[in-house]
Amino acid sequence: MTLLAKYAALAAQYARLEEAGTNPFNVAFEAVLSPTEAIISGRTTLLLGTNNYLGLTYDPSVIAKSMEATELSGTGTTGSRIANGSYQGHRGLEQALADFYGRKHGMVYSTGYQANLGILSALAGKDDHLILDADSHASIYDGARLGHAQVTRFRHNSPDDLANRLRRLKDVPGDKIIVVEGIYSMLGDTAPLREFAAVKREYGAYLVVDEAHSLGVLGATGRGLAEAAGVEADVDFIVGTFSKSLGGVGGFCVADIDGFDILRVVSRPYMFTASLPPGVIAATLEALHQLRLRPGLRHQLNANSRRLYDGLARLGFTVGPEPSPVVSTIMPDPDTAFAFWARLLEMGLYTNVSLPPATPKGLALLRSSVSAAHSPAQLDHAIALFADAGRELGLIPRPSQPAWGEPDFAGAK
Amino acid sequence: MTDSDADIREIIFDTLRNALPRPVALTEQTHIVDDLGLDSVAVMDFVMEIEDRLDLSVPLDKIAEIETLGDLLTVLRDLKAHV
Repeated sequence: MTLLAKYAALAAQYARLEEAGTNPFNVAFEAVLSPTEAIISGRTTLLLGTNNYLGLTYDPSVIAKSMEATELSGTGTTGSRIANGSYQGHRGLEQALADFYGRKHGMVYSTGYQANLGILSALAGKDDHLILDADSHASIYDGARLGHAQVTRFRHNSPDDLANRLRRLKDVPGDKIIVVEGIYSMLGDTAPLREFAAVKREYGAYLVVDEAHSLGVLGATGRGLAEAAGVEADVDFIVGTFSKSLGGVGGFCVADIDGFDILRVVSRPYMFTASLPPGVIAATLEALHQLRLRPGLRHQLNANSRRLYDGLARLGFTVGPEPSPVVSTIMPDPDTAFAFWARLLEMGLYTNVSLPPATPKGLALLRSSVSAAHSPAQLDHAIALFADAGRELGLIPRPSQPAWGEPDFAGAK
Repeated sequence: MTDSDADIREIIFDTLRNALPRPVALTEQTHIVDDLGLDSVAVMDFVMEIEDRLDLSVPLDKIAEIETLGDLLTVLRDLKAHV
């Protein structure tokens, strides 16, 4: 018991949630029915917290390709690309990703987490400098720790603070590598990428953009924020995941840099882990094909995001700074977040709870994510449940008159 | 710039006083996590304020080693000396 005694305070909190039967960190789906529905505690539940942005997990052609590849090439590769060889699918998917992004090179990792670990630790050597946005995902922080570079963080989404940090390093030897995300997963806000690109150019730094939550969501062809902001030429490395818009699991990096392939033998999270199984590779390749073939999915997703974001803001919830497939409402404290989450689940709506230190500024969040597969009726139902539970818990005002006479306080930040 | 030890100490204490919800007696022995109840991100955020005021950047591995306000003072003084 002494070994785990250091977690005593956390363990007590966790046990309290378990006892109350309201532990958002230990949810079991008895069955998943579709991208938008599952059975939880014997109840058909509307899923509003799965990051399944394009709803491709049940796409018939994606499933067919996955099954075909599994039957043809087996369930797993039982080894790493370096030690045990690549399958044709691995190379094929890397080429498809490079082609989609219009880049020379692509590299596939077994998870999105490992893609950040592998790329950041390999790009930045001992005398280099990683400069991270303060609200970066844990995988970016962990990737920075895995390497030997000096790491500093700048104020979230602040080009001025980024410039300050680069200025302080101006006469210090070593390459400078800036890391930002397309859409931030906690509040759904986007990076001011055009401004960051200008700072990057001014100081001669490299720029890495993690498009995990923006691939398939932003840009004229769904490549992400760099495409939407028109600064793809300034982005040296794009990192992303297969586990959100592409409905699978895995991660990737694409780039134009000469000598890219050396990363395959210096990136430990690539070298010392098993490669993705043929079924996952084939499913991801087909999902990428569907993403390119059906821009309507993206348009539906963005319309759905807007619908939920506006709906919750209109009710009086404090939502994130801009509409995106991540729609978070800010809770006054963690206990309220747990209670609200549990009440929504009881009513048949599954969402997420996000707490500090995973969240910025110590915020407790009730986090939702929207899918292209949600019907307008499902989203309206979700909004109605937010209204009922929110009023029950006193989080939003009760309507004093019919809803159509209410003032619009959608401007809440 | 010529920030003396006393200046840096005052900047640390002043920044913390503004950041903490209620007044706490601060000394160089004050333990940042145990006594002030800050989590890892809150510590980094508060160091960021100090970085601005001293116009320097504290690498994350240095922040990870800091336990007391005295440790922080030492790190800042060393960094300042090398600017």
